[in-house]
Amino acid sequence: MAIVNEAALEAQVEELEEKTPWFVAAKTMARKQPVGVAGLFIVLLMIFASIFAPVLTPFHPEYNSFENMLTPPNATYLMGTDQFGRDIFTRIIYGAQTALFVGFSAATIGAFAGLVLGVASAYFGGVFDLVLQRIMDVFMAFPLIILALAVVATLGAGTQNVIIAITIPFIPQCARVVRSNALAIREIPYVDAARALGFGHMRIILRHMAPNVMAPFLILFTAFVGQAILLEASLSYLGMGVQEPTPAWGLMLQGGAEEYAESAPWVAIWPGVAISLAVFGFNLFGDAVRDTLDPRLRSR
Amino acid sequence: MSKYILKRVLLMIPTLIGAGVLVFFLMRLIPGDVCELRFAGTGLYVDQEQIDTCRSNLGIDRPMFIQFADFMFGFFTFDYGESMWTGKPILFEIGLRFELSLQVAIMATFVATIIAIPLGAISAIKQDTWLDYAVRTFAIAGIAIPSFWLGIMIILGLLIVTQAVTGIPWMPPIEYRSLWDDPMHNLSQLIWPAVATGYRYSAVATRMTRSALLEVLREDYIRTARAKGLIEKVVINRHALKNAMLPVVTIIGIEFAFLMGGLVVTEQVFNLNGLGKLFVESVQNHDYAMTQALVMLVVLIFVVTNFFIDLCYAWLDPRIRYS
Repeated sequence: MAIVNEAALEAQVEELEEKTPWFVAAKTMARKQPVGVAGLFIVLLMIFASIFAPVLTPFHPEYNSFENMLTPPNATYLMGTDQFGRDIFTRIIYGAQTALFVGFSAATIGAFAGLVLGVASAYFGGVFDLVLQRIMDVFMAFPLIILALAVVATLGAGTQNVIIAITIPFIPQCARVVRSNALAIREIPYVDAARALGFGHMRIILRHMAPNVMAPFLILFTAFVGQAILLEASLSYLGMGVQEPTPAWGLMLQGGAEEYAESAPWVAIWPGVAISLAVFGFNLFGDAVRDTLDPRLRSR
Repeated sequence: MSKYILKRVLLMIPTLIGAGVLVFFLMRLIPGDVCELRFAGTGLYVDQEQIDTCRSNLGIDRPMFIQFADFMFGFFTFDYGESMWTGKPILFEIGLRFELSLQVAIMATFVATIIAIPLGAISAIKQDTWLDYAVRTFAIAGIAIPSFWLGIMIILGLLIVTQAVTGIPWMPPIEYRSLWDDPMHNLSQLIWPAVATGYRYSAVATRMTRSALLEVLREDYIRTARAKGLIEKVVINRHALKNAMLPVVTIIGIEFAFLMGGLVVTEQVFNLNGLGKLFVESVQNHDYAMTQALVMLVVLIFVVTNFFIDLCYAWLDPRIRYS
């Protein structure tokens, strides 16, 4: 990057800011990526709900009132109560905390591990690459849910183990995509130049190559958050994920929801709406990120 | 071509062995074993000797390495042994449920294909119109909506609708009957899980159809076809769609392979006794032999499907064969 006069740059920024106030910039983005902005809005709403959960609802997520079991939605219980008399609206809002925590943790760890392994695989090549790719093949051959179930069975249920179980299938997915991008970068002379300057392998991988595969990395990262939320809900629904009494959307659909579906449909409806909306939001946002960063790259 | 096939077949072996290693050691990391679990269920006093006898009967007291070699040898010689939990042959237990899982997977694939290809094509042809946005939203929603929740909603919807129309709430039958014995009964039970999974599955395929078709529509030969005065219908059907199908078929193939083992959650909702349920049960029962066999089956289906996909590609594109 060229060296720029800082004062001149600041003046330029100020000038730009004057010309394009934030709402105009937002408007331009909204026009270019209207669907993506809608997704971003859902994501921000979720983050807002999980931060301000205690303010947004008068109830505690684990508070149960046995006089009010399976109450239909009313002014006090906006979405009704479940079979233990817990307020569903409250549990949905606190459930956002669980979903975001699991989603972001699993996506971050999985994507970063995949990034490092993928770049290293392309950088070292040879036997290292071959062996690593065969190992990745093995992990890719398992359906996501089967691999996650097996890991949960080994480690036991609970939020932390669910995160690990979801992270493991993400690593090969990310490594595969990153590797194919990094292979092209490996050929660019600056990598050899860095070697010639005597930099260590780790430094070249992390400082020189990794920043250049940021586009596919970010695309996968946003896709992973949505997938992780969905996977966590599935595992919790099977009783092998987040455990009671922690509020989690998948868990809310387990047991009672099906049993009381006919007499108390609100128990089954709202958690599903929450899961769908959250994953929907992350996917819309992810698609917009993909279109912005690299229109050619299509991840599933 | 035969050299390529041989190479591809040989490449399947390390993946299968790797999957074997993974499931073998993962299962043995789970605290407790099938013998402890079996006696715990009886609630009676058990002495160590009984547990030891049970373990030696099942052969799980042997060194890990020998057990693993035994398992791998059995896999490649088609000898799968007995379930450690029920004692019945594994092939018998899998056979009981295979038909159901296969039928749901095929029906879901059918549902997905008839939704995905027309919708994806319309979306690509009418790119950036409200129709395109509607299809894309429908597709993204399909990926976002958990299939188990969709299942619950379908059952709930059926109850409400039948209650309103006939006055008697109707639910899909719970008992499984084979398609050949009682087709009506069978279809009225399995169509719902097929729709619930098919929708999700179609979403992935719709997006792929759209993007593949968009790419093809920008090719020169499409312009040529239009220039020589072909009507749009022929251009799309004969020239564009045909060439856009390859990635779509790939996606459909891979998803189908995953469905065979990945129906775990849907089977739970609809209370179906399929392979997914068997998998969850055998993991819970620490039934090493059964879990191993199931995982190997799922991985084998996946690897073989991929093999056929690659074969199609190599057959269609000579460059792949010789690289």
